[in-house]
Formats: sequence, C-alpha cells, structure tokens
Amino acid sequence: MSNELDYLSRRVAAGRLSRRDFLGRAAALGVTATMANSFLSSAARAQGAVKGGILRAGMLGGEATNSLDPASFLSQVPGLFGKAWGEYLVRQNRDGSLENRLAEEIGASDDAKTWTMKARQGVEFHNGKTVSAEDIAATIERHADANSKSGALGILGNIGTIKASGNEVIVELKEPDADFPYLMADYHLIIQPNGGKDNPTEGISAGPYKVAVNEPGVRHGGERFANFWGGDTLGHADQVEIIVINDATARTSALQGGQVHMINRVEPKIVDLVKRVPGVTIQNVAGRAYYPFNMFCDTAPFDNNDLRMALKLAMNREELLEKILFGYGSVGNDFPINAAYPLFPEGIEQRVFDPEAAAAAYKKSGHSGSILLRTSDVAFPGAVDAAQLYQQSCAQAGITIEIKREPGDGYWSEVWNKQPFSLSYWSGRSTQDQQYSTGYVSTADWNDTRWKRDDFDKMLFSARGELDQEKRKATYRDMAIMMRDEGGVIVPFFNEWIDASSDKIGGFVPHPAMDMMDGYALGECWVIA
Amino acid sequence: MGTTHPILKLVAQRIALGVLLLFAVSALIFAGTQILPGDVASSILGQSATPQALANLREELGLNDPAIVRYFAWLGGVLTGDLGTALTTRQDIATTLMPRLWNTLFLAFWTAIVAVPLAVLLGLLAVRYRNGPVDKAISGFALASTSLPEFFIGYLLIFFFAVKMQWFPSISTVYDGMPLLEKLRAIVLPGTALLLVVLAHMMRMTRAAILNVMQSAYIETAELKGLSQFDIIRRHAFPNAIAPIVNVVMLNLAFLVVGVVVVEVIFVYPGLGQYLVDHVAKRDVPVVQAVGLIFAAVYISLNIFADIAAILANPRLRHPR
Repeated sequence: MSNELDYLSRRVAAGRLSRRDFLGRAAALGVTATMANSFLSSAARAQGAVKGGILRAGMLGGEATNSLDPASFLSQVPGLFGKAWGEYLVRQNRDGSLENRLAEEIGASDDAKTWTMKARQGVEFHNGKTVSAEDIAATIERHADANSKSGALGILGNIGTIKASGNEVIVELKEPDADFPYLMADYHLIIQPNGGKDNPTEGISAGPYKVAVNEPGVRHGGERFANFWGGDTLGHADQVEIIVINDATARTSALQGGQVHMINRVEPKIVDLVKRVPGVTIQNVAGRAYYPFNMFCDTAPFDNNDLRMALKLAMNREELLEKILFGYGSVGNDFPINAAYPLFPEGIEQRVFDPEAAAAAYKKSGHSGSILLRTSDVAFPGAVDAAQLYQQSCAQAGITIEIKREPGDGYWSEVWNKQPFSLSYWSGRSTQDQQYSTGYVSTADWNDTRWKRDDFDKMLFSARGELDQEKRKATYRDMAIMMRDEGGVIVPFFNEWIDASSDKIGGFVPHPAMDMMDGYALGECWVIA
Repeated sequence: MGTTHPILKLVAQRIALGVLLLFAVSALIFAGTQILPGDVASSILGQSATPQALANLREELGLNDPAIVRYFAWLGGVLTGDLGTALTTRQDIATTLMPRLWNTLFLAFWTAIVAVPLAVLLGLLAVRYRNGPVDKAISGFALASTSLPEFFIGYLLIFFFAVKMQWFPSISTVYDGMPLLEKLRAIVLPGTALLLVVLAHMMRMTRAAILNVMQSAYIETAELKGLSQFDIIRRHAFPNAIAPIVNVVMLNLAFLVVGVVVVEVIFVYPGLGQYLVDHVAKRDVPVVQAVGLIFAAVYISLNIFADIAAILANPRLRHPR
C-alpha cells in the first residue's frame, strides 16, 4: 500500500496527477487525509524546485499611492515585491539566525560599537553595474539620514558614521549594539546603486527578479534576472506577478478559481471553510505579531498602576483567543515578546482572568466611573468584537468599560498613539531589542503606551551592548517581568500569520517573522503545473 | 441672429451653460478640498516632521499663496492639460490617471453597449405584453436585481461563474497590451454585475414612458386604424418617449463611470474609482481634485447630451415660450 502511495505522491509532485485525485485514491486505500498530505509534502520536497512558469500572488495591502522607493515601503505589497527584486545585506532564517546575503562576512569590535561588513564580490545589479562597498554604504547612509523619510530611520538612529574602504563597510555606532546585523535585515534596506540616492524609484537592485511591470495598486511583475548571484537557490519561476486584491472574499475566490497561487491574510473566521476547499492549503505559523490594548502610563486614570493591573486581570485571554482568532494564536502575558524571539524569557507565570483580584485592584486604585476604550475595524480584524468581549469580562469585575467605535479613516493619525486607551496592532520585530526600542523605550516615536522609565531604558541599553547571551537573557527576563507587572500594554494574544496556497505550487514553508514566508514567497516557491 | 438655425443656437447655449457649470464645480471641488481637516504638508511628512521641513515643503507646494491664486494656478494648469503632480508618489497625475480613466470608460462602454438596447427592448416587450406574465416576469426580475446590493450580485457571479464553473476569471485586472478578446473575457463578470444594477432602472423608465404616451389620443386613433400593437409602439409611442428614456439612460451611463467603486473593489478592476479612494485615504489633494473634475465633466456632458436629445426629439422644446 505504501509503495502505491509513494508512487502516486511522486506523480503529484511531478505534476502528472492532481492533488484531488490523489486524495481520492489515498482515501480508497484507507489512508487519512492528514497522512496523505504529509506524504505529498515530503514528495514535493524530494522532487526539488521546478523551473519556469508564472508564479502569481494575490495580496492585501497595496494602494495606487505605492512607489518603488524602498524608503517609502509601508504596506505588504511593496514589501513583498521588494523582496523579489531587491537584495539585502542579510536575511533572517526561520530559526531566528541570520544568513549573509550581500554581506559576505560581518564582524564586530569587542565593545559591539564598530561593525565591519565585507561586501560580496562579483554580484551584479540589474543594470549591469557591480555591487560595491560604496553602494552598500550609500544605502545605509540614505536611510539613516536624519532628513530622510525612510521607514527604517527609526531603527537606524544609533548609527554614528558609515564609511566604505576597499570592499568593506565600516559602521561606527553611538551606543553598543550586539544585534546590529539584525537591523540590516529590515525590509526597507534594499541595496541599490549609489544607495538609491540618484533615483530610488527605478527598482534596481540585485534580487532574483527584475522589475518588469509596476502599476501601483493594481499589479507588479518581475522577470527572472539571468545574472542573479545566488544561482539556482532563489527565483525558480520565469516570471512572478503580484495582483493587489484588497477584498478578502475576492482574494479567496481568486485562489479557488486558480488565478493566483497564494494569498495572504486569510481571516481567522473563514480558515476552517477554506481548509475544506480542494486544492488549497492553509499556511499558518505562529509569529511575533500581537494586538495590544494600549494604556497611556502618564495619563489619568491609567497613570495609576493599580488601575492598570485591574484592567489586565479583568481580561479573559483564553476567551478572546477562542472567539476572535478562532484559536489561531497563543495567549499573551502583557509583555510584547513571545517564544518566537531568540532569548525569550521562559517560565514567567501566565496571567489569567481573575475577576476577584481585578475588583480588589480596581478598588485599591480609587477610580470610579466608566473607562473609555477606543476601537475600530482597522485596528485589527475583529477589534470591535474584542472590545465588546473585554467589556463583558470587565463587567464581571465591576469595571465599566465604555466603547467608542472610531471611523477607520484617520484611526492611525487621530486615535492610535494620541488617545489614552485604544486598540492597535504590532507585527513584531526580529529581536527583542528592536521590539522594545521601536515601541517601549522612553524616547521612541511609537511609544504608544507612554512607557517612560529610566530604569527600563538602562536595562535595554545594557542588554544591547552585552555580548554574553546568558547575561542578556537574564536582563530581558527582568524587563519582561517589569513590563508585565507595571507596563501600559495589555496583550490578549499573539496572532498567527495565515496565508493560503494552491497545490499548483511547491516550496511554500511559512516563516515566523512575517506572512508570505517573510515576504520571500515569490523568490522561494515554484510552479508545479 | 436670424441666420443661425434655432437648434444650433439652443445647442450652443446648452454647451455654454455646461462649461459655466463645470467652472462652478471646479471652484466647489477646490474649496471642498481646502476645508478638509489637516494640513497637506504635515500629512505628507508625518508626525516626526521638523518645522523647517514643513516650511520648505509648504513653500515648494505653493501653500503660502492665497487660496484664490492657487485656485487659478490649478485651473490654468487643468486648461493646458497639466493636472499637477501627485503628492504621495511625485508622479505626473495625467499619465497615471489616463490608463485608469481609459479602463473605466472601457468597462462602462461595453456594459452600456449591452445594457441600453437590452433595457429598451425589455421595456418595449413589457409594454407590448403589459400586465401579462411576460411583463410580470421582466419587472419581477428587474426589481429583484436592483434590490440586491452590487457586492452581493458580484459575489454570487464570482461564486458560480469563476469558482464553480471556472468559465470566467474572478479578478479582472486588465492591462495595456492585453489582447482585446482576453480583455473582454476579463470584464464579463464585472460588466454583468453592473448590467444587473442599471438594467432595471432603464427598463422600468422605458416602460413607464411608453405607457404614458400610450394613453394619448393619437394612439387610440392608431388603434382604430387597425395597426398592430407592435407597430403602434414602434412608430407612434416610442419616438415620443425618447426624451425621458435618453434621460434615464444618460443618468445610468454616468453611474457606470462615477459610481462603480464597489464593483471595482470586488473584481479588482483598475478603474478610476479605486484610484480616487486610495488617494483620498492618503489626503493626496491634487489627485482628488483631478478625479473630481473628470467625474463632474462626465456628468455634465452626459446631461447636456440628454438635453440636446430631448430637444431634437420634441419639437415643442425648440421654441421656448
């Protein structure tokens, strides 16, 4: 029996048998669908990448206002397309480690302040020019410039000087940072000729695909770059295409109808329905993204830690996870880090719903009257429902929550980071240091809980300069506990990334950092039939 | 004065009025975008903008000039075909907008080509067999399709014809250089959704207008002459009902150009509506102004056309008292 299954699964992998027929025959042989599927995926991997064809993705997150300038990348579509045509210094692996790309070697001085990156030799840009250390230095310079509008500016603030010498780029940091190479994996930092200082929107880099079509908000297309430095490792399809499909139903039907091979952002409430569609696989993976309830620690009544604690204890995380994410996630513990991070502090006690303790803390805070919580559909899918569930669990602790439903237009400019108690989302960063320094260090632009604590900042900076991993881990643990017990963020859950792919493609392996295989899906997947 | 043909004079008057109206609308659009909350410069640069950068950008965009100066500068640009530069992408608006406008017109054109004759024909049939089962069936179908929201019709079409039968693509991304046949195949489903939305209105108006005429004395005369029902409708009733029919047809054509955002979103059709929505969300005022003006021009010219058709069809309107 197993021989026959083996044979059949190899035929599917070779594209001579449809997945649907295979499942039918497997069922006839008395094999469960799960087992048949695992047969299939191992057969597909063994078969290896197939060259040729057009690989199509249907994606949420593109607008007519998008541009090819990597500094302006904000939404998913430009980011994913950027990873198809762009090349980076480093890239993060699924296990959290770093892989060198255009940086052949990265080394640090003992104090983690001076970083030397060796440029890979003989790599060609799409316009035929050879990638040099000067191009790399110019790229970092452009994004780190105080006057730049780059989305990466926030994380590059620690850079002092950048210079190119021979085939090396030397970066001097203002403060030590042991995680500096991780910053270079940021999706904005596409290496461009002369750093993109001349013409950032021309879409020239050294990625596996060359920009062929660029119609913002409609579609983007790439053609395989013949002189790609990575050879056969990436860029299996002849052409790739992203079709912008912002409507969730249209996205799912495009995948079902076979017009695209993969889609992002499948809504949790329809995952179980999509799973039943023949020829479609749900690709979900636990990541670092979470949906916070943000309280301003410096604004009444949230400036009182007893009140903040009451609001944390009054949250029923299990219920929210079940009803909002339909189980596609894991409960949070009121600090913005989970096990997907390297150096995750293990063994911190999980906070649970405790209406009595919440009522006691609420009484101790001396606050009375209702508390205004602002929410909107755009905060995250299900945000309005989440606020209502929270209102009910708070009521059990005698806390009255008043919900204000804000319009989606203007939510990010008028409500988030402006109002003292609101819902939001974070997609997570590659290291704990990045996550804390973008959102929770006193001076961060995006300090959306007004968490301003010198002692916390000091711990963050000391961990950043610490090359001894055990010591760093201990500091991160102290920080997590501090944030859990005193911080202004309530983390109900970490959500999973949920994409879906068709059985016409191979090589789709979800990545915890971001949806669509951390944006590398177009480069890594191949078309089977 | 006496040498000009009265019809030509009337037509010229209508067109002049339309141009005047377009100017008034342009002033309204400009004023409307000026009173939008938020400063353009700060919405481009974001929260972390320095005062110096803001001042530089305001200078560069000419925001320091009085509104009236900026209005005429904008108007002057529009009249010479220069729609300005998009604030978000820094690209010339006319070059990015033209393909979108073309797509919108393409979809509207093919929908109209099918919808208008079909609606008129169904209207005629409904009158011919009025109050019988044919009339009831046509009216019932038309009412049902108008009562369903566009997105629901769209999803139904996608479910049956794209997902289940796989006859047509569910997403209609058309692009330059796509063969015409493929383009037409791509717009079948959005075109059908739009068709179902506009059909009922046009068909019901045709029916009502002809029935209205059918009560006139000269129809009775025609009946007494022994003409067949169909001849009466075709030769005596229909020509006299053309004015109201053209009116409603134009109204629906205008809808096909300016009101199809929902259908564009569902079928991922790269038209003007989605383009406008994206730029409104980013407060990209020059683009909003340009698209607003194009929509207004479409509306006004279709209405002028309807007026002129009415004048031509009805001799009494040619000699206003």
